[in-house]
Amino acid sequence: MDYQFPELPYAYNALEPHIDAMTMEIHYSKHHKTYFDKFVAAIKDTESNGSSLEEIFSQVSKLPMAVRNHGGGLYNHTLFWESMSPNGGGVPSGSLADAINAQYGSFEDFKAKFNDAAANRFGSGWAWLSVKADKSLCVCSSANQDNPLMDISDCKATPILGLDVWEHAYYLKFQNRRPDYISAFWNVVNWEVIQARYDSIIK
Amino acid sequence: MKKLFFYFIAFISIPYALKAQQETLHKFAPLPYAYDALEPYIDKMTMEIHYDRHHRAYFNNFTAAIKGTELEKTPMVTIFASISTQPPAIRNNAGGYWNHEMFWNCMKPNGGGTPSGTLNEAITASFGSFDNFKKLFAEAGVKRFGSGWVWLVVGADGKLFISSTANQDNPYMNTEEKRGTPVFCLDVWEHAYYLKYQNKRADYITAFWNVVNWEYVQNMYDSSTAKK
Repeated sequence: MDYQFPELPYAYNALEPHIDAMTMEIHYSKHHKTYFDKFVAAIKDTESNGSSLEEIFSQVSKLPMAVRNHGGGLYNHTLFWESMSPNGGGVPSGSLADAINAQYGSFEDFKAKFNDAAANRFGSGWAWLSVKADKSLCVCSSANQDNPLMDISDCKATPILGLDVWEHAYYLKFQNRRPDYISAFWNVVNWEVIQARYDSIIK
Repeated sequence: MKKLFFYFIAFISIPYALKAQQETLHKFAPLPYAYDALEPYIDKMTMEIHYDRHHRAYFNNFTAAIKGTELEKTPMVTIFASISTQPPAIRNNAGGYWNHEMFWNCMKPNGGGTPSGTLNEAITASFGSFDNFKKLFAEAGVKRFGSGWVWLVVGADGKLFISSTANQDNPYMNTEEKRGTPVFCLDVWEHAYYLKYQNKRADYITAFWNVVNWEYVQNMYDSSTAKK
């Protein structure tokens, strides 16, 4: 397969005032694009060229570091853009809401756990809500551009919601106030997409 | 009466305040120049947030994490030498506190130029030339993936080498593969440059050379080699 640099599913300013247009533009057209370009260059001369990102992640420890870093950067950002919407926010419903309530007690308790994972990740990284092989949910964080699909992950699972906590994701608007960025993020979460991802895993 | 009472409380508090000061070795040092002193290379807003928010938070979190322990009286270099035995809150915040203080000292307004004396000789001996050293140091800064630092380090053999560390680790820490005495450093966390340079870390590194305080680096080098 050929690797594609995905379209941003909305305009740069669509997530204002929660995520500002300048951050979105640089984040997508510079950071994400660079990960894509460097991933394509890094995978080209390996036997995994053409494999899906999921297949690559499942044996990423055997591949060059550039594949891990830039492949992660490519996949994570794509999932992140799709996890947000100008009409986002609110609370999940249906089977996902049931699973969250069953596992964490309430949506608020889940949010608190996710917020902790995002706020306490030291340095660059991501916070995740994922579905484990036994179909249970898990909240974790990963360093740099790692993710729960990677064989090196200590919380192996399929991510359905990701939050970028690299400083480049929030510094222009929130500077050192990462918790404020995390609070703002909940206003743009696209629960319909997260729900659809969840359903496709547990079906 | 109220006022007298206030003075009384203030007076009897003095010895306690002094005692508290003596109990810890660790101080939050003033920034050695004004926030806007490194303009246009490093902007005022970045300096203010970097020093007053990020650096201060590392210091406060570090002192909170070691409160009431022997570490309050332990020199930083000694703490770093066995950092693997400490929890992440101490490793991360101790590094963040110490690294930034060194970083501020590595810069000054009207800095830049080239090193001279013994430092210049050592750089030329280890890297061929000052320009080649700059190139290798900048490369290490660009290549550090995610948050971290770049260092010029004096190794156990007295020779210089360049290293980069993740997050707030540094070359004193026993978690590092290649350890030594750092004499020069550059912060490549995005918070160090994002307001002015955004994704262009390489431009930030180019600008940095204009504010390097080579006299400070020379002093660090001299004191590290004098210990040998």
